[in-house]
Parts: sequence; structure tokens; C-alpha cells
Amino acid sequence: MSSLIATNAMPGKSNWRAEIEPLTDQERTDIEHLASHYPRAQAATIEALKVVQMNDGWVSDGKVKAIADQLGMSPDEVDSVATFYNRIYRKPVGKTVVAICDSVSCWIMGYRDLQETICEHLDTPLGGTSADGEITLLPTPCLGVCDKAPAAMLGDKIEGPLTPEQLKELVEKARGQQS
Amino acid sequence: MNTAADIKTPLSNRIKTDGSVTTLSEYQADYGYQALKTALAMSSADLLNLVKDANLKGRGGAGFSAGLKWSFMSPPEKNPGPRYLICNADEMEPGTFKDRWLMEGDPHQLIEGLAIAAYAAQAETAYIFLRADYEICAERLETAISDACAAGLIGKNMNDGGYSLDIYLHTSAGRYICGEETALINSLEGKRAIPRAKPPFPQISGLFGRPTAVNNVETLCNLPHIVQHGVDWFANLGIGEDNGTKLYGVSGRVKNPACWELPIGTTVREIIEVHAGGMQDGVELRGFLPGGGSTDFLTTEHLDLAMDFGTIAKAGSRMGTGTMILLDDQTCPVGMVLNLIEFFAQESCGWCTPCRNGLPYIRQVLRNLESGIGKPEDLETLLEMCGYIGIGNTHCALAPGAAEPLQSALKYFREDFEAHVNEHCCPYGNSGAENDQPHSHSHSQDNPVSGSHDQAEEAAEI
Repeated sequence: MSSLIATNAMPGKSNWRAEIEPLTDQERTDIEHLASHYPRAQAATIEALKVVQMNDGWVSDGKVKAIADQLGMSPDEVDSVATFYNRIYRKPVGKTVVAICDSVSCWIMGYRDLQETICEHLDTPLGGTSADGEITLLPTPCLGVCDKAPAAMLGDKIEGPLTPEQLKELVEKARGQQS
Repeated sequence: MNTAADIKTPLSNRIKTDGSVTTLSEYQADYGYQALKTALAMSSADLLNLVKDANLKGRGGAGFSAGLKWSFMSPPEKNPGPRYLICNADEMEPGTFKDRWLMEGDPHQLIEGLAIAAYAAQAETAYIFLRADYEICAERLETAISDACAAGLIGKNMNDGGYSLDIYLHTSAGRYICGEETALINSLEGKRAIPRAKPPFPQISGLFGRPTAVNNVETLCNLPHIVQHGVDWFANLGIGEDNGTKLYGVSGRVKNPACWELPIGTTVREIIEVHAGGMQDGVELRGFLPGGGSTDFLTTEHLDLAMDFGTIAKAGSRMGTGTMILLDDQTCPVGMVLNLIEFFAQESCGWCTPCRNGLPYIRQVLRNLESGIGKPEDLETLLEMCGYIGIGNTHCALAPGAAEPLQSALKYFREDFEAHVNEHCCPYGNSGAENDQPHSHSHSQDNPVSGSHDQAEEAAEI
């Protein structure tokens, strides 16, 4: 994991000396379209970050600068928004993000077994990425499927109720599809 | 076609059991969008009064009258310019999964309800603020909006008065605090989701400084039916003092965890024993959070209470979202409260000190209890802390909400807290170490990827 996050001079500090990474034409068009939903372009900041993340998997300093440019903001303003929301990734993640719900209903129904098994299986703590760079494990607050607890989200798909073995199988399937 | 009197579950009638979506043509075949037509033929003021008379209480948790909420918006005559109606679809209360069901199953019902609300509030722009993880809802709502626009149901000149409406879907990027309406408004403006000081209330100065009303998904879904079938029909749906139906959900160790639409005022016992099928074999019910993670525990002595706003409030809790989380006799109440406090401490926006520092402080005391190093005086400390983070001391309702399960657990399950102190361990076998090792438990560390973090973690270590 640590080798993957060496983009910043200091951990947790953004590096605005980084070269701007231009947005693609499609990204610019998408962001422009989203900004047209609001009387102020800045309102589209979160959605702009999501547009970039959809393509890159995460949002680099250079892309933060590019978004700031397009929306008429400073990079720090954009970054203050990007770092607030847990679904915007400011560091590289694996090809599939596996988010394990750790809120109350899933806790009661046994999320700890899911978490322990999968961390051991991928040999990484929550927040880490598997050695092959395929899977990033994250905790997530309540996914809104408490009737299917314990649950997890793989990519954009929510699955539950899961046994540790089922989660392992789904993770392996995601890994297979990616590579 | 059914007569109005036959319709007992209006909100879920069109939701299919196979999980597929109700399309525009299916929706229209079952009186869909007729209510909007009826509403648009009325004046906004008459429509608002109709909803006020229906006494439709907000289904997002607070239970505030929807009609009254719109009536507090500053009138266009005095404050000309844009006005906004926002649908709060940021369902993130732990244990709550009711709005997802409505949006996945019958998105047009929400679009129609939203349009009716917007017309009553004289707003020509409406936003649906949807939580990040509801990908299926996002896809289906996007389709529903574009289908309704293409069919000319939503758009320009919807009635003789030239009323026009634009509806936009905003998909969020996480954080529980977005559900607080002024935090939601900041988020919709593309900012950090930090609640605003009130007053001014959003009805006076909300989104982009303009008059704004924020309504929950389930609240809005009631509107087409109220307009279509009338106030008397709506009143007759409820069992007790409240009107209409309610989506109730149950999660925890029951045989059939799910969500159902039932008459508002159905008893807790019926919901748990009949609809949820009772507890799983081998476990017994000890208590329940009636309406999400931020409501006070009630116990088995409260099973015969009606699940409505007034009755549950009188018993010392809140009906909240109406989705219950059950505590069974093999689950540690201290551990359950710790899990909730971990959530609230993590999700604090960090703006005000009682929440930013108080919740991590409480979390540490609870971790100590769970890992067997708690002291007898910890119980008093926890109670005292509930006061510090209570209503009136904080910027918004997050921390007071977090105090609710804690203060009531101390009241009803005090012997469990004491046992943790006396036995120097969790009697239920939870290893407290789990909560002390930053890398084995999510809440005890910064979210390592997003950079969002829990500011007070270090400051509050005790």
C-alpha cells in the first residue's frame, strides 16, 4: 500500500506544485453538464470529483487542480470538499473496492467474522490494498440493507447476507474478472 | 379498479416482489400521475392546506407536519426569485432501509410526490439528494426523471398558470451528516456537509440563500395518494392518533428481517412477532431501538405500545425512521452502544466541540469497559457526558442523537455495564482488544483512503 501512495511529499498533505493533469474532453463535458443543474458551477464539485474517480479510480492532486480550474475555485477549496466525503478517494485504490458495513445491524449479525476473514485472506488491514493491487478493503457505515446483514459492497454492488466464505468467493470472483 | 377504501398499502402497492422496477406505463396504468394533474388544477395554497389538513407528519424521523413546513417558506410576493424543494434521500441512519425500497421499486411515485410538493411550495427547481451507495436507486430515478420529462409530465407549462418544474438527481459521496437538512444544503452547494446555524431556517434562507423546503422520500411518496383519495381516506389508514401508513422495518436476530408498509400505530409486538416472524431460535428479545441508531432503547415492557410519534415519545424514545434494531439476550448491550458511538464519533462533522471531542471521549470509556479495564465511576462519567452532548449544547442534532441509545442503555441495562466493571471483561465474550487495535477496527482510525478523519481521536484518548 505504501508504495502506491507516494504521490505526495508529505502524507496527508496535498502538493499543489504537482503538474495539472488535464481533464479529458468527455470529463469536461460531463462536468459542464452537471454544473448546468445549479446556479453556481461550484455546486458540481462533488459530482466533478466523482466523474474523475469513475475513470481513474481515485482523484490525484493534478486532477484536483484541473477540477478547480474548470469550476473557478482554488485547489484547496476543491480538496477541502474531496477530503470530507468518504466515497471520494484521494489515494489510489485497487481495481475493486470492497466496503464492509460495520454499523449496528451488521455488527449484531456478525460483521466481525467477515472482516477478520477477509483481512486475513487478502493479508491486509482495512484501508489496505491486496499485494496484487486488485482489491482495496474499506470499512463503511450502514449500507441501508440491514435486512440483509451482514452486508458488503463490492464495486457498485451491495451483497448480503454474507458468510465469510461467501465474501471470500465474491472477492475472488471480482479479482478474476479484473485481471 | 380498486376503490379508495380498498387501498391499505398505497405506498407499496406497485412495488413488485421480484425486485424489478415499476415502469412509467405500469405506473400510469394504476392512476399514476393523475394526482399531479389534480394538484396542478388547484392553487398552490389550496394544495398546501389539503396536505396540512391531512396532518402528514414527516417520515424522515422528526415527524414534523409537511404542510406546515412549506407554509413557513417566505412567500414569493415578499421574496421573489428561485425557490427550491429538496428530497432528502440520504438514508444513512444506522438500521434504516425503507426509502431504498420505495425508490428501487416505484421511482415514479417519488417523482410525482416531489412534483406535487414543489408545486405546493411554489418551487420550480427540485433536487433529489441521494446517498452514494444506492446505485440501483440512482439508475432507476435517472430513468424515471427522463421518462417523465419525455412524456411531458414534468417540464415547462405544466398547468394553465404556466407552472414549470426541473427535477435533478444529485448523488452524494458519503457522510451521515448529509442527512441533516442544512448540512445537506451545504453539500448540495458543493461544500463540506457542515450544518448551518439556525435561524435563519432553510424556509427563509436555504439552498443558494433562497427559500427551501426539505422533505423525506417516504413523506413525498404519500402525497399523490393524499391528493388522489383525500384527507378522510388518509386519516382512516392509521390506527391511533397519526394518519396514514408507515414503513416499518426490523433488523437484528429475527426470523424474517424486512420492511413492511403497515397502518401507522401498529404495535411493536405485531411488527416483531407477526411480520418479522419473531426472534430466531435460541435467542430472546431484550430491547430495541424503535427508529434507527439515534433513538432511545425501549424494552420488552414496551411491546404493546403503538408505533406512532406520540406514543413512542411518551415512552421516552422516538419513532424516528420506524426501522427497529433489536437487541437480543446474547448480544452485549455495551458492545452495541459502543458500535453506535463509534459510528457517531466517526461521522461527526467536527464543527462543534461537544460532538467533536465528546463522542471520542465516550467511545474511549466504552472501549475501556469492553476490554475489562473500566472503573466503577465510568458509569457516572458516561451519564455526565450524555448531558454535555445533549440538546442545546451542540450545533446540530447528531451528538444529542448519539446520546439517546447510550443514556437509555445505562437506564435499562445498567447491570450489564456493572458486570463489565466487576468481571474485568465483557461477559458476552467480546474481546475489547478488537476496539483498541487501530488496524483491526475501522472507526479507530482515519479512513485511510479518503483522507476524511475523525479529528478528535488523539485529543480524546484518556
